[in-house]
Amino acid sequence: MLLTQFLLLAAILFSIGVYGVIVRKNGVLVLMSVELMLNAVNINLIAFSTYHGLGGQVFALFVIAVAAAEVGVGLAIVLLIYRNRRSVDIDQLDELKG
Amino acid sequence: MNAQLISLFAAETFEVPANIAFSIIAIFMVIAAIRVVTTDNVVHAALWLMVVLGGVGLNFLLLQAEFLAMTQFLIYLGAIIVLFLFGVMLTRAPLGRSDDLDNKQRPIGIVVGLLVLGLVSYSVIKTFGSDKLDFSAYDGSQAVAGNNRTEALSDAIFSQYLIPFEVISVLLLAALIGAIVIARRD
Amino acid sequence: MWFLTHAWIIPALMALSFLLILFFGKKMPKKGSEIGIAAIGIAFILALLTAGSWYTHNNEEVEGHGDAAAMADVQEGCSNEVDHLAAEDHGEETEDAGDHEGEEPTDVGDSDEGTDDHALGQSDSGEYAAPAATSTAVASEGEEEHVTRPVVRCAAWAEIGTPGSSLITWGTMVDGQSVLMLVVVTLISLMVFIYSSEYVSGDRRYTHYFAFLSLFSASMLFFVLAQSTIQMIVGWELVGVCSFVLIGHWWEEKPNSNAALKAFLTNRVGDIGLLIGVAILYFAAGRSFSILDLNILAANGGISHGILLVASVCLIFAVMSKSGQFILHTWLPDAMAGPTPVSALIHAATMVVAGIYMVARLYPVFFEGLSISGSSVNFLAIVGAVTAMFGALLAFVQKDIKKVLAYSTISQLGFMVTALGVGAWTAALFHLFTHAMFKATLFLGAGSLSNAAHHSFDMVNDMGGMRKVLPRTFWTFIVATAALAGIFPLSGFWSKDEILAGHGSLFSAGGNGTYHVMLVMLLIGAFCTAAYMTRTIWYAFYGEFRGHGTPHESGSRITVPLIILATLGAVVGVLNLPEEIGPFTFPESISLQFEHFVEPVGAYFPTISHAEFNIPLAIFSLALALSAVLLTYLYYWKGAFKFLHGLSERNRVAGLGKTILVNKYYFDWLYTDVITGFVKGPAARATNWFNQHVLDGIVDGTAKGAVVAGQFVYENIDQKVVDGAVNGAAITTSEAGGVLRHLQTGRIQQYAALFFAAAALLAGVFVVAIG
Repeated sequence: MLLTQFLLLAAILFSIGVYGVIVRKNGVLVLMSVELMLNAVNINLIAFSTYHGLGGQVFALFVIAVAAAEVGVGLAIVLLIYRNRRSVDIDQLDELKG
Repeated sequence: MNAQLISLFAAETFEVPANIAFSIIAIFMVIAAIRVVTTDNVVHAALWLMVVLGGVGLNFLLLQAEFLAMTQFLIYLGAIIVLFLFGVMLTRAPLGRSDDLDNKQRPIGIVVGLLVLGLVSYSVIKTFGSDKLDFSAYDGSQAVAGNNRTEALSDAIFSQYLIPFEVISVLLLAALIGAIVIARRD
Repeated sequence: MWFLTHAWIIPALMALSFLLILFFGKKMPKKGSEIGIAAIGIAFILALLTAGSWYTHNNEEVEGHGDAAAMADVQEGCSNEVDHLAAEDHGEETEDAGDHEGEEPTDVGDSDEGTDDHALGQSDSGEYAAPAATSTAVASEGEEEHVTRPVVRCAAWAEIGTPGSSLITWGTMVDGQSVLMLVVVTLISLMVFIYSSEYVSGDRRYTHYFAFLSLFSASMLFFVLAQSTIQMIVGWELVGVCSFVLIGHWWEEKPNSNAALKAFLTNRVGDIGLLIGVAILYFAAGRSFSILDLNILAANGGISHGILLVASVCLIFAVMSKSGQFILHTWLPDAMAGPTPVSALIHAATMVVAGIYMVARLYPVFFEGLSISGSSVNFLAIVGAVTAMFGALLAFVQKDIKKVLAYSTISQLGFMVTALGVGAWTAALFHLFTHAMFKATLFLGAGSLSNAAHHSFDMVNDMGGMRKVLPRTFWTFIVATAALAGIFPLSGFWSKDEILAGHGSLFSAGGNGTYHVMLVMLLIGAFCTAAYMTRTIWYAFYGEFRGHGTPHESGSRITVPLIILATLGAVVGVLNLPEEIGPFTFPESISLQFEHFVEPVGAYFPTISHAEFNIPLAIFSLALALSAVLLTYLYYWKGAFKFLHGLSERNRVAGLGKTILVNKYYFDWLYTDVITGFVKGPAARATNWFNQHVLDGIVDGTAKGAVVAGQFVYENIDQKVVDGAVNGAAITTSEAGGVLRHLQTGRIQQYAALFFAAAALLAGVFVVAIG
């Protein structure tokens, strides 16, 4: 097996995640796309760790932990948005408009 | 897949069963990932995401990281997907089809996605070309007999990476409390 | 010695009791309370035996040389510094023996280092020690006095980095300070367990209540015996969790669960400070969590002053949350939502003193970091003094008797923190000790009162006249109040006075600095303490009964603990009698026993100077307390007289009604207003005068000059040169902004798209340019 094939798979997943973050309107779906990107990174970490020892695996574990934290807080925020606006449509959140 | 990639698969380092497995998994993962960002049903998106995450776990197995694979299955498939389904349920997202899940930026999204993909694949192929995976680094640095990498991994976490590990655990706790405080109803 | 090396049994016993109650409690005839009481009883006996063992151990003649001999009871591997010290001492010792061959050629260091063999002891061994001892501040004077020899046992927990470089250990560190806390915690816990078996009988979660009470005692005991800072954090958090569970014991009611959450979250805020402080100290001490290491290094200049300062400020935040100091004190009054015995246990005697204990345990860090010696102000002392004063003022406005006690606790903790801040270490721990006794009495007394008043704590509306129906509660409450107010000769007088004297040279010598401002604040606090406690007694025990039903004295399982605690609260002051009070001199065998028992002397503790008993200050503070009691008494007596007259009239006409309650609240308000007005008025007027006459004159003069100069600059430079440039720039910016604002749509995802595109393009440039 080649290193490149895993890296390319990760790149594809990451790009799909980027697309999802940009295009999806529903807050929960945006979070799912973020998960895609995080997992792509994890594949990279593991693939490279075959060269560099176990550090990559340890940090992949940390990424999983951080991802769990991120989903928890992210969903709480989405829930709060839903409670305040009766919708999780990110398009409507344009208070930053200049 | 472009021509160069096909030529890579045809290289003489081809390990047939592993590569067949990888190809099947990769195809499923890419299809599922595309469905996650294109499907018009929120619950389906979560289920497709499950396929992708499972595929990632299988990839970990192919890369001989069994502990990570198990963690991936337990945490992602077990916990995070359930969390997403709860999120879907609590925000009363439309459970059936709905044609209102995407905004008007689809062309921009496609362009940016392809841009990122093109850049990353170009540099990956250019840098690593046809490097073969070798798993010697796993065993070399940790001096573990046999295939007991989980033991080596736990040693690494609790000695060399102990402080990052503690920091992560504090972070998790903080996130837990933060999530409770944010989502509390009052 | 056996008890000192096996101190871990005490917390382990309580943890076992927790598990037993949890699993088998419901099947027991008394629903588990008997397991808890038996366990804490045994623990208390063990603690007493440990204390006795420590007493003999501490008074033994020490054999050998300076610090290394003092640390002979530290197990190898528990503390790098001690191992280092022992090795160094050993090396120099043999050399030394070679040099002085003529005197005594015996190789003392080798043969009797580990043993307690007195036969080999030499009269001049002390002189050997001086060169052998490392650069400790106490080395020279420590030879004649005794040196404290902590008993440390530990086990490896985990290893960081390469083998042998950094070991995380856990174990027990037993010295006077931890033995004192063992006794206090087990004693108060025992009383609370017995009291609770009647107080919460019939509760829906009776078994769980006792289980968590056991776990709480276990955590606190684990905390006080901690050998490493990591273990300290674990104990600290366990105590927090148990208090969360116990405060929210009746979680079905919203305010209770809110109070529990508030307590927990507020404590988490402070815990961040603890984590950061411990992490800093870990690296500063060369990767060691051992408390002994930290203390030795901090006390002897092994860690730089700046690092100690940062670490101690971080740790003070932890103290603020755990010990209810301003500004993180707000959870403590709310935490009164828990059952009353829990309040007595957690919020008066044990948990909240965890912060005090932590500071006392890591005292060299604070002492050196905050430069306590020879200074006149520092962060710790300010926090404590502000808390002591404002906590006492807040106690005036409370209607709920437990809230009065809560604010009183906050204020008394402020006393202890101030004492630590000014260097009166022993005074702080002594006050902790006496305060535990009488504050527990007060809380348990309040519980007994509410038992009589149909589970209400509202002393203004539901109590009154209780002294006739609750004589035992009344007398114990009176004794504890007098002790809290610092009336001679009860325990509070001695400990409070030691704190006040520790502030330094106002009337006499001694003390570590000149903390006059803090002294004044504490005196105000002491005055208020006496006053609000008298008010509480008036409301709860005098006047007519204002509740409903017939109040009755509580049963013996409630009153016996009260009587024991009140007696102790009255007499424990004699444990630390000063050496001399004016013409009277106490023999050495009875004076300063507490100090001798608790305060470490040696390499792991800074040299602090002890204030002597200060007669003018003692008389002044006693007079202050007595006058506060007298004034409050007179005020309420007059008020009460009129009020009772009105009450009887209204009682004939309309009975007890809301008007009366409103009236009472009005008195309350008036009282608060008078007191705070008295405090604030003169100070505010003086400031105002200074402002009007002095500052204004200066400002006016300057302003007139400035106006003339300003006019000139304005007409010639500002209008013509600067404004032109500024206006031009502003117009350009405004137009550019008008164009650019269309880009800012407020859609986050558009930003995300731009961000990713830009990042990809930039990375692409790098790839092309570099690769």
